[in-house]
Amino acid sequence: MKTSTPPITRRLLAIAAISALLIACGSVPALAATPRDTLVVAFAFDDIITMDPAEAFEISAGEIMGNTYDRLVRFEVNDPSKLSGDIAKSWTVSADGRIYSFELKAGLKFASGNPLTAEDVAFSLQRAVILDKTPAFILTQFGFTKDNVKDKIKQTGPLTLTIETDKSFAPSFVLNCLTANIAAIVDKKLVLSKEQNNDLGYAWLKTNYAGSGPLKIREWRANEIVALERNDAYGGGKSKLARVIYRHVKEAATQRLLLEKGDVDIARNLTPQDLAAVSSNKDIKTTGTPKGTVYYFSLNQKNPTLAKPEVREAFKWLVDYAAIGDTLIKNIGVVHQNFLPVGLLGASTENPYKLDVEKAKALLAKAGVPNGFKVTIDMRTVQPVQGITEAFQQTAKRAGIDIEILPGDGKQTLTKYRARTHDLYIGQWGADYWDPHSNADTFARNPDNADDAKSKPLAWRNSWVIPELTKKADAAVLERDAGKRRAMYEEMQADFRKDSPFVMLYQQTEVAAFRSGVEGLKIGPTSDTTYMFMVSKR
Amino acid sequence: MSTGGRGDVRLLRASNALGRFLVVILLTYLGLLAVTFFIGRVIPIDPVLAIVGDRAPEHVIARVREELGLNKPLWEQFYIYVSKVLQGDFGRSVLTSNPVMQDIRRTFPATLELATLGIIIGAGIGVPLGVWAAVRRGRLVDQIIRIVGLVGYSVPIFWLGLMALVVFYARLGWVGGPGRIDVVYEYTLVPVTGLLLLDTARAGEWEAFANALSHLILPASLLGYFALAYISRMTRSFMLNELAQEYVVAARAKGLSESRIIWRHALRNAMVPLVTVIALSYAGLLEGSVLTETVFSWPGLGLYITNSLQNADMNAVLGGTIIVGSIFIGLNLLSDLLYTLLDPRTRTR
Repeated sequence: MKTSTPPITRRLLAIAAISALLIACGSVPALAATPRDTLVVAFAFDDIITMDPAEAFEISAGEIMGNTYDRLVRFEVNDPSKLSGDIAKSWTVSADGRIYSFELKAGLKFASGNPLTAEDVAFSLQRAVILDKTPAFILTQFGFTKDNVKDKIKQTGPLTLTIETDKSFAPSFVLNCLTANIAAIVDKKLVLSKEQNNDLGYAWLKTNYAGSGPLKIREWRANEIVALERNDAYGGGKSKLARVIYRHVKEAATQRLLLEKGDVDIARNLTPQDLAAVSSNKDIKTTGTPKGTVYYFSLNQKNPTLAKPEVREAFKWLVDYAAIGDTLIKNIGVVHQNFLPVGLLGASTENPYKLDVEKAKALLAKAGVPNGFKVTIDMRTVQPVQGITEAFQQTAKRAGIDIEILPGDGKQTLTKYRARTHDLYIGQWGADYWDPHSNADTFARNPDNADDAKSKPLAWRNSWVIPELTKKADAAVLERDAGKRRAMYEEMQADFRKDSPFVMLYQQTEVAAFRSGVEGLKIGPTSDTTYMFMVSKR
Repeated sequence: MSTGGRGDVRLLRASNALGRFLVVILLTYLGLLAVTFFIGRVIPIDPVLAIVGDRAPEHVIARVREELGLNKPLWEQFYIYVSKVLQGDFGRSVLTSNPVMQDIRRTFPATLELATLGIIIGAGIGVPLGVWAAVRRGRLVDQIIRIVGLVGYSVPIFWLGLMALVVFYARLGWVGGPGRIDVVYEYTLVPVTGLLLLDTARAGEWEAFANALSHLILPASLLGYFALAYISRMTRSFMLNELAQEYVVAARAKGLSESRIIWRHALRNAMVPLVTVIALSYAGLLEGSVLTETVFSWPGLGLYITNSLQNADMNAVLGGTIIVGSIFIGLNLLSDLLYTLLDPRTRTR
């Protein structure tokens, strides 16, 4: 296997090659080749490991689930703070804030033809809790366990059910969690007919489909193709497209060629350079949406130097945010110095830090390290992470901090990060569900800093001990007044900006480039809200 | 009696040889598996991460670790794996959720199709080029062929692949783009062998056949070019060696025509070592070229194994290793057999 050329050189070579040839040959002729009722999407989806909504938690899988499975409620893509019923006609919350009663829309059917009733909804939520796969925590945080879930989530009539939480949480928090894939509704009759060894259909659903969404999954061939088809039994507005085909195309340069040639309608993983290049092509348009993903540098507090408050602050003054924003993340991100991404309740847009080497030097002197020190940083060899880290290495050097970069593969750096043996780390965090607690839970909570702690949030991974902030985060999920809840998150972000060992860098913007004949494409703020069933082709 | 006795001795010898051969093969496989397995376990990647992701709670991680048997000692994990393989169970890939052999049945034909056409191009052009270069040693033709070979040797395949796509696919429109077939044909065809050319021809879908061929031709030519670079160089050196032999001088003195000397005598002798070179080139192509497969979005074996290794998906890596190992062993055997056909001296009397 020929793997000798490092990825960065490959990328440069590719760009140079394409630019040279395009200049030499003039622009690429267009030749639309995809059928009108079929949407073809070039997408890097090698992260998908399952098609079961009770387990799927990867970014690409999220998009497939969002298009093919219904849930009780969804948030509005254009205003993520608003919720609306998906299969739920209405809902109420009891006075003590612990019992949620749902009534479903009548006459809904699964793609299999089976009617969709409250029995299916209760079964789906119970199944997710009982299977207890990675995303199950989104539901179990309301106090459901394998043993009690059948009492807590109950069908009360053909189209009615109740969900009982163990504490009186903020209703927005509970409902937001029910928009997540883990709360997707599966076809009880179909799934149970495929059951083996009491697995609730788990082995079968990994590669099959049992939903009621606007599109249905025809086939998933790992690292090759995901084929969706219109679900004619869908209860709401039907998909205009008969088929949506996702083709796995890992290489951005290849995606761009396919798009320019018209062999795909949408390219999902173009680099900033590719995006800039296609912007002059009149047959290609782009659309972007800020996502719930933030990027950061973090400082392991097990390192005594990095644990000094002045050192923590000094790092925040040693990033050239403006330069990074203008070049490395142009079109694909916006500088953002808070742990809540814009779009979530209470997200702050204050960005107080800028590059200020003198200030950083003064802080380092105060911390007793006036001449700087040496540290390492673990970095994945992907862009723009690599470029940002190298820029940071340069600016930090100006204050005497000598950063040694340890490049690695994604899973490799992550394994080290989770073992807390790093100094510095550059990482990203995408909200698990559309509620501020998702990020507060990981950045601002560390209930147990022991090595064998039950939960290992980002604060734990950097050994940041924060009893006060943890208390605030715990209080915020129980605050039922939305205005007060918002204020609590704003306060936590202010504390976090000042004192945390996290240097927040930017919020990701996801951009897709598409042929001008494609209409109605909107990238959703979360991975499961990019709705291909809303798209049509001219 | 004496004839029968000699027959018995021969039979005994043959079965001895066969026995030795089987033992060697078995040890080769075992060694291959052991090395791959232990490398896979010492790389600093937690295989559980690929399954549960970064966000899983600790109890889920612990449960999956136990399900995978990762809390057992290494030698015990290896023992369990090998005994399952002996029962024909290669396990499931955690990344694709499929049995490993099912994945390989899906990815290997893609690579097989590409590599076979690649080696046909590589050997079909490389051998005559090498012969020609040897005959015209030191002349302009020799120099040109050397440069063609040198470029094939030194230019990164990744770069050349993209260039070829830009020119022949995007600009000229002569060939199909990345991927094995246009999406239009994707669901019109029932895969039987997994080799698209065969499947489409069997079904009589000539339009789909032409489409599959137009997708295949560019990456296959590219791989063929790289094989050609090596094969032509080796052919040239074997041929030079043969042409300097005394039997060539004798043939010339006898008044044989030059072309007969080259093609019937010299090349035939050069063919013996050349078969090994071609077989090994073919084996190299069959294990999958990761970069070619990446550029051309070709869902082949190379990408499958690399992706699995990056996620420490050991069942998939080991399954792939067995296949690649078998290819090398098989092609080595084949070239040994071809030796006996090509070179009468190696035939046992």
